[in-house]
Amino acid sequence: MSPLLDVRNLRVTFATDGGPVTAVHDVSFAVQPGEVLAIVGESGSGKSVSLLSVLGLVDRRRTTVEGQATFRGEPLLGLPERALRRIRGRDIALISQDPMTALTPVHRIGAQIAEQIRAHERVGRSKARDRAVALLRDVNIPMPERAVDRYPHELSGGMRQRAVIAMALSCNPALLVADEPTTALDTTVQAQVLDLLRRLSAEHGSSVVLITHDMGVVAEMATRVAVMYAGRIVETGTVAEVFDDPWHPYTWGLLDSIPPLTGPRPRRLPSIAGMPPPPGRTEPGCPFAPRCRAAMPVCLRPPPEQVAGGHRALCVLDAPARAALRPPRVAA
Amino acid sequence: MLATIAARLGQMAFVMFGISVLVFLIFFATPGSDPAARIAGRNASPETVEQIRHDFGFDRALPVQYAVMMKRLFVTRDLTSFVNRGQKVIPEVLDAIPATLSLVGGAAVLWVLGSLAVGVAAAALRDTVVDRGLMILTLIGISAPVFWLGEVMNLLSQSRYHDTWLFSWVPGLGYVPLSESVGGWFKALVIPWITLAVLYIGIYGRVLRANLIEAYSEDYIRTARAKGLSPARIMLRHALRTSLLPFVTMFGLDFGALVGGAALLTEVVFGLNGVGRLTFHALQNLDLPVILATVIYASFFVVAANAVVDMLYAVIDPRVRA
Repeated sequence: MSPLLDVRNLRVTFATDGGPVTAVHDVSFAVQPGEVLAIVGESGSGKSVSLLSVLGLVDRRRTTVEGQATFRGEPLLGLPERALRRIRGRDIALISQDPMTALTPVHRIGAQIAEQIRAHERVGRSKARDRAVALLRDVNIPMPERAVDRYPHELSGGMRQRAVIAMALSCNPALLVADEPTTALDTTVQAQVLDLLRRLSAEHGSSVVLITHDMGVVAEMATRVAVMYAGRIVETGTVAEVFDDPWHPYTWGLLDSIPPLTGPRPRRLPSIAGMPPPPGRTEPGCPFAPRCRAAMPVCLRPPPEQVAGGHRALCVLDAPARAALRPPRVAA
Repeated sequence: MLATIAARLGQMAFVMFGISVLVFLIFFATPGSDPAARIAGRNASPETVEQIRHDFGFDRALPVQYAVMMKRLFVTRDLTSFVNRGQKVIPEVLDAIPATLSLVGGAAVLWVLGSLAVGVAAAALRDTVVDRGLMILTLIGISAPVFWLGEVMNLLSQSRYHDTWLFSWVPGLGYVPLSESVGGWFKALVIPWITLAVLYIGIYGRVLRANLIEAYSEDYIRTARAKGLSPARIMLRHALRTSLLPFVTMFGLDFGALVGGAALLTEVVFGLNGVGRLTFHALQNLDLPVILATVIYASFFVVAANAVVDMLYAVIDPRVRA
């Protein structure tokens, strides 16, 4: 099956006052139809930038985007703005992180949804409004007929994020890019919104790229996962592969920092010591080496790629070395 | 809604009362500016001054003086100028209003349209030659003093190039009432409108550009782009709409102040008998009743313009309505 979105050797460089800074280094990933790909990593790891630059949503004057990206086999990068505009919102929709700021404060919810529908389809005003009401009902907003005339500030954060999801789904996109969709929400609301996202993406037949820093969200939602660190994908594979047998020491750190569901609660959750490298770093070696508990002199050279089927990691450690360093966790 | 408006009107009345008291105290109760001596003129005998003091009620308690002054200003409307004896103050101010309103109103239309065009164009073409050029032009417009610009315009349109096709239509200086001739009114005001508007186009254009650029870094603009909307729609419906609030605030303050007399320099340069010019002459002669009347008139417009702005807020921004 050919992938829906195929990104190869993506490199994103920002022009800053201090010279060019490469935020994304040769990142490659693919999204198959119907799958949920989670891209996980900490702030500044380049996960959002990768997706936004593919969609042409970064500041074009200050950003250089290199590499290839195809959507349904057609190239995306280098498309003129006008052609890209037809894809955005209709074929690829974005759900952004903070529902408090993602909606224009001076327009009613319904008008903002209808606006997107009418940008892509020849639909009348009242028809578009009816669809907005139906979409709001789909995302479980109470009294959608009234919510459609509400302004963003009149809804709670969870309700707003539902409205944003409704808007993203309004043209039945083939691909949903959800950029930390639950980070700004309360924990209880997070679970509801994730459930909703899972149900609706399945109903609309949309693939999802889920950008998150939360391994718990990955486990719950994703079919495949790509772990990003310092602008690189350091490990990728199916959720089962990566969670059951993580290869990269950075992934170990991420997984170890999930609190256990059973047994005694640790007094302090394990964390990864140190800080990610600054974005302007130019050394060729493994970017994680300064924080890695398994670092060796060889890590100062570019790390080799370990591959087994779809499971890949950018690390010098092979299976025996990993087993020696990280005893497999006893299943609880 | 009605209650809000009533409360707002009450606030306006209170503010204006406060201003009238302040102005009264500054002009009539400041040591060294004895109004009776002022009216009596130089070399008046102490008896004459005393007589005037008694006639005008300046020998009574301050609150009584204030009440008398306000009564003569607003109720009986027979307060007369200290300088031009017998000249009633209120009709004088009322006569000056149309010229000022015409000047400021027309200039306001120009500067709102002009600055919207400048701000939107500069923000849309940010960092291009067009943006830089516009920003230099607006800076020049802000830096050019209105009296200088007005005199240059007069020099060009009234004398040097008056006989060319470009300026032959320009009438002599002075105001032509709208009731007299619509065409004459318009022709007499075009050059003053442009002169007064240049400064404000500069200021508003620059402020709007800055606000638009700030809006473009907001999440909702990214959402709008991710929706696949056209750049024009994103600019007008999303960025401009949310950037209008400071624009409207500034407009209310400036419009109120200008109608209240701050267009003085333009009025003087173009010989328009407006409120600013009236205030200017009253100040030169320390004509206290006229100053009192014009200051209270000015405060009324500033306060009223602010009230209108507050109501406009509710129209522009739903978050204010709550």
